[in-house]
Order: sequence, then structure tokens, then C-alpha cells
Amino acid sequence: MNFDPRFSGRKFASVGTRPIRPDGVDKVTGRARYGADFNMAGQLVGRVLRSPHAHAIIRKIDTSKAEKLNGVKAVITAADLPDLTDGDAGMYDILDNCMARTKALYDGHAVAAVAAVDARTARQALKLIEVDYEVLPHVTDVDEAMKHTAPVLNDAVFTEGLEQKPVKPSNVAKRTQYGHGDVHQGFAQADFLVERSFKTEQTHQGYIEPHACVASVSSDGTADLWVCTQGHFVYRQHCAQLLGLEASKLRVTSSEIGGGFGGKTHVWAEPVALALSRKAGRPVKLVMTRDEVFRASGPTSATSIDVKIGARKDGTITAAEATLRYTSGPYAGMWAELGAMTAFACYKLDNVKTVGFEVLVNRPKTAAYRAPSAPMAAFAVESAVDELAKEIGIDPVDFRIRNAAQEGTRASYGPVYGPIGIGPTLEAAKHHPHMKAPLQVNQGRGMACGFWFNFGGQTCTDLNIGMDGTVSLAVGTVDVGGSRASLSLVAAEELGIDYSHVKAIVADTSSLGYNDMTDGSRGTFSSSMATISAARNAIKILRDRAAQMWDIPVDDVVWENGQALARGEKYGNLSPLSLKEIAAQSGKTGGPIAGHSELVADGAGVSFATHICDIEVDPETGATRVLRYTVIQDAGKAVHPTYVEGQYQGGAAQGIGWALNEEYIYGKDGRLQNAGFLDYRIPVCSDLPMIDTQILEIPNPNHPYGVRGVGETSIVPPLAAIANAVSNAAGVRMTHIPMSPPRILAAIDAERG
Amino acid sequence: MAGVAVSTTINGDSVEYLCQPDETLLDVLRDRLGLTGAKEGCGTGDCGACSIILDDRLVCSCLVLGAEAEGRRVETVEGMAHGEKLHPLQQKFLEHAALQCGICTPGFLIAAKDLLAKNPDPTEEEIRFGLAGNLCRCTGYDKIVRAVQDAANVMKGA
Repeated sequence: MNFDPRFSGRKFASVGTRPIRPDGVDKVTGRARYGADFNMAGQLVGRVLRSPHAHAIIRKIDTSKAEKLNGVKAVITAADLPDLTDGDAGMYDILDNCMARTKALYDGHAVAAVAAVDARTARQALKLIEVDYEVLPHVTDVDEAMKHTAPVLNDAVFTEGLEQKPVKPSNVAKRTQYGHGDVHQGFAQADFLVERSFKTEQTHQGYIEPHACVASVSSDGTADLWVCTQGHFVYRQHCAQLLGLEASKLRVTSSEIGGGFGGKTHVWAEPVALALSRKAGRPVKLVMTRDEVFRASGPTSATSIDVKIGARKDGTITAAEATLRYTSGPYAGMWAELGAMTAFACYKLDNVKTVGFEVLVNRPKTAAYRAPSAPMAAFAVESAVDELAKEIGIDPVDFRIRNAAQEGTRASYGPVYGPIGIGPTLEAAKHHPHMKAPLQVNQGRGMACGFWFNFGGQTCTDLNIGMDGTVSLAVGTVDVGGSRASLSLVAAEELGIDYSHVKAIVADTSSLGYNDMTDGSRGTFSSSMATISAARNAIKILRDRAAQMWDIPVDDVVWENGQALARGEKYGNLSPLSLKEIAAQSGKTGGPIAGHSELVADGAGVSFATHICDIEVDPETGATRVLRYTVIQDAGKAVHPTYVEGQYQGGAAQGIGWALNEEYIYGKDGRLQNAGFLDYRIPVCSDLPMIDTQILEIPNPNHPYGVRGVGETSIVPPLAAIANAVSNAAGVRMTHIPMSPPRILAAIDAERG
Repeated sequence: MAGVAVSTTINGDSVEYLCQPDETLLDVLRDRLGLTGAKEGCGTGDCGACSIILDDRLVCSCLVLGAEAEGRRVETVEGMAHGEKLHPLQQKFLEHAALQCGICTPGFLIAAKDLLAKNPDPTEEEIRFGLAGNLCRCTGYDKIVRAVQDAANVMKGA
């Protein structure tokens, strides 16, 4: 990579301003096209038949009656998606999740699908498919699933990560361990110990747009897929592999995406739609219902976590330990591992140990949800930290400041930190007016910290300069919340032109090289790096063209403020050439001017946040109200501060819902009881106060502008911050998320005896 | 099943269509008339993404049958701007970045338009309760409330 990504400390003209986003007008006028807003001529309607059982052997599927129904053009089962995964266990799980092969593993697991001329015919056809199930015992609770008496979901799963391979299969797919030092010795040095067990329930990302796609497969092996996704290149790879297509012949176009938060990083409906289209010979549109989204897409893990932390009288933590058990649905995952890595990442610890267990249960396959796995671990750890501070008699903010990780600290998950923001966010919290605001009776204040790694990844960007001097920027990271605005700002900054002369789009998979998906808070971080690199490559060409126009050596041409300057007194009579002037002559000086960049965006700076909140608890009903909420987070450099604030506020709101309301409720029959927004209640406008934000900028040394990812960390502290606030308000330690009114009442009653 | 012939007014234009008796107005708008501004987030009236105004009343179009629009006035997000001139709510949503993914935005704009028509000078609490039938998962509502407050001020002055 001929590109220097180091932070340069430059002054900015465009970056840090707050212009209107380029895709804005289409989104306020209804013109923007999301997953379900696209249609193709002759398209059929696809629908999926789903298992009503949590765990069942599929003995036989009879589709003959459905196939005979007038208007039905294709019916598929797992037989129409043969196993082409060639020993790739992860891909096999994806295939099995798209369409159950031998067993239905959760309520909502797809077992067959139809394509018909209209929705009504498709629905009728589903009713005509006869599935012969042998219902098996099921398990949905994480702790129950770990017991040796629990029904085993998969006989081929033997716990990985143990010194000896177990003799029996179990629902524990993997054990992982992180840490350093000697926790036994550390605990022996402690004057105070807190040891607690916590539980969190499963939640859903709750994006408002259900999964939707239109698939069209031709008999010559080419195919098109229009889909709402966080990563169309990854979808292309997965779909091509599962369908036996050549990746280059499957063109995937990402629609506008109506929210993802990690939930649109995995294929579910897309391979099914492609298989239906292949069989029917016509395009197929497949849109999930909300019920299907809850039952059969990828919620987060339910967890059970034990935490033990010891400290000396002076407030120094001597040792910290956690055991984290995370559900991964019916397939192996790495969710507990992420929890184990992040749990103590905020702190400077000599002795730390975390152990994670990935637990299979009869629930949908777990998917990422914004800083996946970190909020639950932070809930447990930050609750215990608060309790320990209280026992020692130290202010919880001072206690955290005393133990906060710093530059040079070895993180509990291994690496040594560079410049980081945990200390500054805590100092900002300590001095924030929110901390000193008075509280009334039944009100409590809580605070907590959070960490997320952030990710860089493979990134590819094209920057094309038109003959009128305006710039088209084609990126491959799906824009989930305003990144086209921030990337346009970066292109404008680097070229030295006005933001209004840049238009950013998200290119399809046939128009740009491979890009990893928009996850790990990488959209703006990685694509801005690639945009800077592409712009610098374009500037090299612009300088060369100016040199030609002036007939001077290119080494004597510099690029400043959007124009070429001839350097040296001998060129005193040469007026600068603007980008526009050079572009206008491009046909005569060598053709189109463009800059490309393909890179791996290494060095995503880790991210920290501190949140403060005030909660009122009604001791009679257990009802809660969020009175005030403040987010303080390090952005490295806020490219478009308004959208950075939006990320902080949105993550906090999701965390508030998770902390107080949201949970998957399973019946004894293993069926999801609340698969709709009425019963799975996400926060509404009247539930929340304004969410105040404070952006700190501790530059990431590995990015030219100092940018860090900002999308995910904001969901990490809220569970704990709110639990600490509720605990302070109600006078009882809350250990089970969500803190719904019945749980709060039960805790208050138990405390009163 | 025989179709139902419907004559209605959508965003000021006379429109005629045939629909099935069990077809929702949302499906008619999106699938028959190509007005995809209203979105289906749930199909059960819980998310408000399909909000429209039917004879001056804010409704979820997923809970209205296409046949029920006969002889009535329908307003959708597509009718808010006049040519290139955006409605003050649309303009303020852009200026305040009151949208991230934008899927809920048409519903919020329609609900806010209805709110301000009935209460031109709402308090923050009235805005929050007035928009409580619309779900947004991205913004935490902060910037939406501010955009509506700002638009209300502009519209009062107009």
C-alpha cells in the first residue's frame, strides 16, 4: 500500500462541519428506495414456511398439493439447496439456518418456501405443504442448556477449547479464556470483594425495515440480487457459494437500508429467494413479516455472567474475574468470547481472568447487535465495580479513574493500548454539570463505562473527477447512518474543493472491488481512509496534468487548496490551475482523471465511552422513567459531528430499551410469545428525554485525520449505567436485565423481606 | 376474487384503482400505485412507518383497507413538498439530521404534519406524546423532536 495512514494533525476546512447529507432529500420525500421498494417485471412473491416447533426432526415434507395450486411457480425445500459448503462448518450452519435440513432447531426455522403470482396464492400454498415432524425436547435457557441433563441440539458438537476432548456431545460449543497475572494471588491482596451473578435476556436489533430482497437468476448462470444489507459483497460471496454461482456473475445491489445494527450482516432469505427464482425462472421478491424478523432473523445472546472483583482500601483493584455464558442459538458462535474479551477492557489490571462459554439453545441463530456481546459483559462488570466502590466508600467515578486503562496498559484481552479515551471520558463525566444536578426522592443516578474494539478491514473506493470538475465517489461500505455525508466531506477536504461538488454513492458488487461489510464501526473509519488514499492518487494525476498544461516538470507542481501551484520563483507568471480547469482539459492531457484505492484499513482505534443517567423508580409499581441522560465518548475526530451525536444518541436509546423493557419471552412450548412491536416494546418518543452528548477527540494515530469508529460503543454502557441508577433509586442491587416493573418490584419486595 | 373499484383523492389528484377486498391501503399505495414512501415496518399498526392522513385523520395505512379509501382524501409523504420546495418539516429534518437510516422518516413527517396542524405550538412533551405512535430505532428521537420544534417555529412565522 503506497499510502501513509499516520495521523498528521492538519487543520480542517470541511471535516468537522455539518452539511446536509447527499441522500437526504430522497429520504424526506419518499423517493429513497429500500429493500421492499424495488420491483422487477414478471416478479413473483416468495414466502417461507417456518417450523412451529422449537426442536423437531423433519421426517418428511410433502409439497405436491402446493405445487398443484394454480399460480404457484416454485416450491423449494432443503433438497433445492444442496450442500456445496465443502466442509466449511460456518457456511454449513448458514445453509442449515436458511433452510432446515434434517431438524428444525427453533420456532421459526425455515423448512420450505414457495414462489407464486401473488401474496395470497403464496400464503395458500404454504398451508398446503405437509410437514411430518417428530417433536423433540427443547431448551431455551442458557443455564439449563449447560446442564448435562439438557436435550442436546447437535450430536456432533463436542466442547472446543478444553484440554481434553470431551467424550460426550454437549450444548457448550466452545470455552475460551483471556487474561493475565494470577487472580488467586490478586484476590488474596484485596480488602474488599464483590461477587455477583447477573442475567440478561435476549434482545433484537429492532431495525424498522424487515429483511427484503428481489432475486433474479437467469438460466445462463448469471443473477441479480437487490437487497437491504450491511454488506453486499459478503452477501454475494455467501449466496454464490450456497447456490453454486460464480461470484462475478452474481451482481448484488444494496438498497437503502432501514436499519441493521448488526442484524443485516447474515443471509437468511436471500439464498432462498435465489433458489426460488432459479426454479421458477422468474424474479422473486421476498419480504419478511415483522413476526418472521423476530422469530427467524438474528437476535443477540441471552447471558448468564458471574463477576468477582477485589480491591484494596485505597481503591486499587487487585484482581478481577468473570465467567460468561452466552447463547448462540442452535449453532456455534463467538459471542461469549467477545464478552470475555471486552468485560474488563476499561481497566488497568495486574490480575484478570475471563472465561466464556458458547451455549447452543433452541432460539434463532445469534447475530451481531451493535458492539456485540459487550453490553452484557459491561452490565455485569460495571454493576460490580459500582458496588465495590460503594463498599470501599469511594465515589464511583473516582474509583474508575483510579483504575482506568491508559496508554501503555496491557488490555485484559491481550494487546497494549495506544492513546485511548477512557480516562478523558471519566474526567469529563466527573466535571459534567449532570453529576452535580440535584435528585428528588425515588430518583437515582448511575454511571458506567464501555469499550469496543472497532474494526478496519478490506476497503475499496473509486473517486472519479468529471470534466466539469465535480467528483463522484463510489464506496463499497453500505451507508447505515450518514456515511455518504462524512465520506463526501473527506473527499472535499483532501482535494480542497467544496462539499457540494462531491457526490458519494454506494456501488454495487460488479462496479467496485470487494469490501467487507459495514460492521465494527468501520464505515467512516475505513472508507475515509480509502477515500483519502484515492484522492491522493487523483491529486498525483492532477499535478501531472497541470505540469503538462504548463509544460514544466511535475515535481515542480504542488497541490494546495484545490488547485495546482507551480513551485519556484521561475514560475512567478503561472497562475494557479484549479481542479475544475484541469478537469476541463483532461480529454487533451491524457483522458479521464480518477483515483482508486484498495487497502486493508488497519489500526482502527479502540473506543471508550462514559454514560451518566438519572432514573426515577415508582416503588409501588416498579415503573421507571429516564429523567436525564448524558453520553461522553471519544470519536478520535468527528468528521460530521451531527451524525456522530446521532450515533451516540441512538446507541444510548437502544441500550435504554434493552435495560428497561426489551426481551424475548419464550413459552414452555419453546415458542416465542412476543414476536411483534406491541409486545416487544422498543422505546418510543415519549419514553425518553433529550440525550445530551459530549464528543471528545483523542486522535487515532493510525488514521490520517485521527478518526475512530463511533457507531457501536454507545450501546455498551447503558445497561450498567441504568442498572446502577435504578439500584441507587430503589435501594436494591438489580442483577437481571431488563429491569421491567415486575422484576424491580420483586427485587424491592425481596429486599424488604 | 373480484376486485373492488375505488375512486379516491391522493395528494390532491383523483385516482382510480381496482383492489382486492382484503388488500390494505398500504399495499394499494405501494404495489398498485407505486407510492412507496409509506413503509411496512410491522403490518400491525405498531410502528407508524406507514402513516398517512385520511380525511384529516392520522392513520396507519396497514390497518386501512384499500376499499375504504373510496370517496376520501389521502395524504402521503409524496405530497408534502411542492415541486422543489420542501415542506418546513422536511427541511428541518434534513438540517437537524433527524434521520439516520430514514425508513421511519416518511411516517414521522406525516405524523408531525398532523400534529402541527392540530397543535401549531406544541411543548416538547406534546411532541413526544404526539409522535409516540412512530418507532425510530436509530436516533433516540432527540433530533426528531428538535426538528419538529424548529419547524413549528418556522411555520408559525410563515
